[in-house]
Amino acid sequence: MPIIETKKLTKKFEKMIAVDTLNLQINEGEIFGLLGPNGAGKTTTLLMLVTLKPPTSGTAIINGFDIIKQPDKVRKSIGIVFQDPSSDEILTGYENLKLHGWLYDMPSDLREERIKEVLDLVELTDRKDDRVKKYSGGMRRRLELARGLMHHPKILFLDEPTLGLDPQSREHIWKYIERLAKEKNMTIIITTHYMEEADKLCDRLAIIDKGRIVVLGAPKQLKKDLGGDIIRLKAIALDVDALKKLSYIKDISSCEGEVCLTLEDASSHLQEILNVVGKIESVEIRSPTLDDVFLHYTGRAMREGTPEGSWAEKMMHASEKT
Amino acid sequence: MSELKGIYALWYRETKVFLRERSRVISSIINPLLWLLIIGGGLGSAVSFGGVNYQTFIYPGVLIQTALFSSVFFGVYIVWDKKVDFMKEVLVAPMRRTSIFVGKILGGSTDTLLQILILFAIGFIFTFVGIMPGLHLTVSSIAISLAFLLMTTIGLVSIGLILGSQMESPEGFQLIISFLVFPLFFLSGSLFPITNLPNWLAPFIFMNPVTYAVDGIRTILIGEQEKVIIGAIQLSPMLDFMIVTLFSIIMIGIGTYAFKKMKL
Repeated sequence: MPIIETKKLTKKFEKMIAVDTLNLQINEGEIFGLLGPNGAGKTTTLLMLVTLKPPTSGTAIINGFDIIKQPDKVRKSIGIVFQDPSSDEILTGYENLKLHGWLYDMPSDLREERIKEVLDLVELTDRKDDRVKKYSGGMRRRLELARGLMHHPKILFLDEPTLGLDPQSREHIWKYIERLAKEKNMTIIITTHYMEEADKLCDRLAIIDKGRIVVLGAPKQLKKDLGGDIIRLKAIALDVDALKKLSYIKDISSCEGEVCLTLEDASSHLQEILNVVGKIESVEIRSPTLDDVFLHYTGRAMREGTPEGSWAEKMMHASEKT
Repeated sequence: MSELKGIYALWYRETKVFLRERSRVISSIINPLLWLLIIGGGLGSAVSFGGVNYQTFIYPGVLIQTALFSSVFFGVYIVWDKKVDFMKEVLVAPMRRTSIFVGKILGGSTDTLLQILILFAIGFIFTFVGIMPGLHLTVSSIAISLAFLLMTTIGLVSIGLILGSQMESPEGFQLIISFLVFPLFFLSGSLFPITNLPNWLAPFIFMNPVTYAVDGIRTILIGEQEKVIIGAIQLSPMLDFMIVTLFSIIMIGIGTYAFKKMKL
């Protein structure tokens, strides 16, 4: 039995459908990713699952409890790290964590132990007695994370957990998340628009676009389903018909003025392809990424708009949504 | 047990924040001083009610005014919480909404009572130096006044929380000052005796719960003069207290409901 099951979960706003009859099943102990561009409906889905936003229709069962009928019981099973800062600025980092421990009814020795552990993890130990007001954006983000990870819930929701973090802290957080899932058998649902993050962390992921699931599966499988490697080349004068005669090429598409070929075992076929293409300006062979998966299923590149959105943009984005 | 810890957490946060935001503490002292010294001193040179000077007469009103402003605004402040998202952290915690409401009321009441204690200290000084003669500040009179103020504060914080939980942005603040806080203050008999009121004004004053708090505290701190009389019945402080309590119970009821229905 899945630990999370959404049943036609739908959220409509005045003019748009943010989440469109979503049917999802997430198993216990897995790290599940919701991947998609900004505004795809990831955060709205999360807010409905954690009982902060009522669905327009449909519902979800979390840990055996209905998010609409038993929100109190759902809240006892979950933890969440929000995308936007939700710490109290006037309190210190440590005080924010202590409050969290109280709110989640942690015994005091466990609370202090975990506070120490998560502060170390996010490297805020020496700043723990400063007011959050004095923290930088990245430090606040890390504090949010520390807080969400602190009480080891059965199910943990992470909304863009490493947004705006430097690569090193990102690595640390990933490792910790993986460890939590493995050692505590915690189910972790993560939204992200970082392909790399989704690829590295998630056991399975759903690519979401315009409120709908475009495709769902393990990252490896999704990439494999595309059918092998990608050769991207720029030719002086390209004869597409000649390329089409090569039966092992599964897909020919144009990407940003160049040509992308999908085929298996690209390196051994490269010479033959180059012979057909003739003179080229550049060529690149690579394994498909989740970017390619997204492109394949939606016909659009994922990284439109502001993938690495700044704090200010994120905040504006969030306040528009709420 | 877990609910109590959560309530304690909310209370802790509110109290810490209040004590750290010095501007709030300072304005809570300066504002009543302005009323007592300038309005009290200025008007007091021309009028006096109930056998005491005007400053003494409005002192209970100034106590209530402080409670009124600080508690209503405390409640409405959760609009800000919603904006900076701390409310999300609290709302998603495994706590009943009712407990969140209780925690907020306790936090708000503590803030308000701390300010009131400062005002009692000012009252002592002013009585001592002779600015406010006729004020009976004793342990028992202060204790009973505090009971009145606490009960009133609970009701008023609830009003603030009800409004705040339904508001989407802090822009409505000004409206609340104009249409709620000032009318409640001016129509309470804080500044003038409410005997022989014009007929059109009387109903508003008698409908205002704050009136009974002022009346009760004034009876205790100053004496029986200029009491609220409805028909031929003079209200005893006991009756005043019951009215204020009833008001607070109703507000808690509505507030709990509003919190359950609160949208983010």
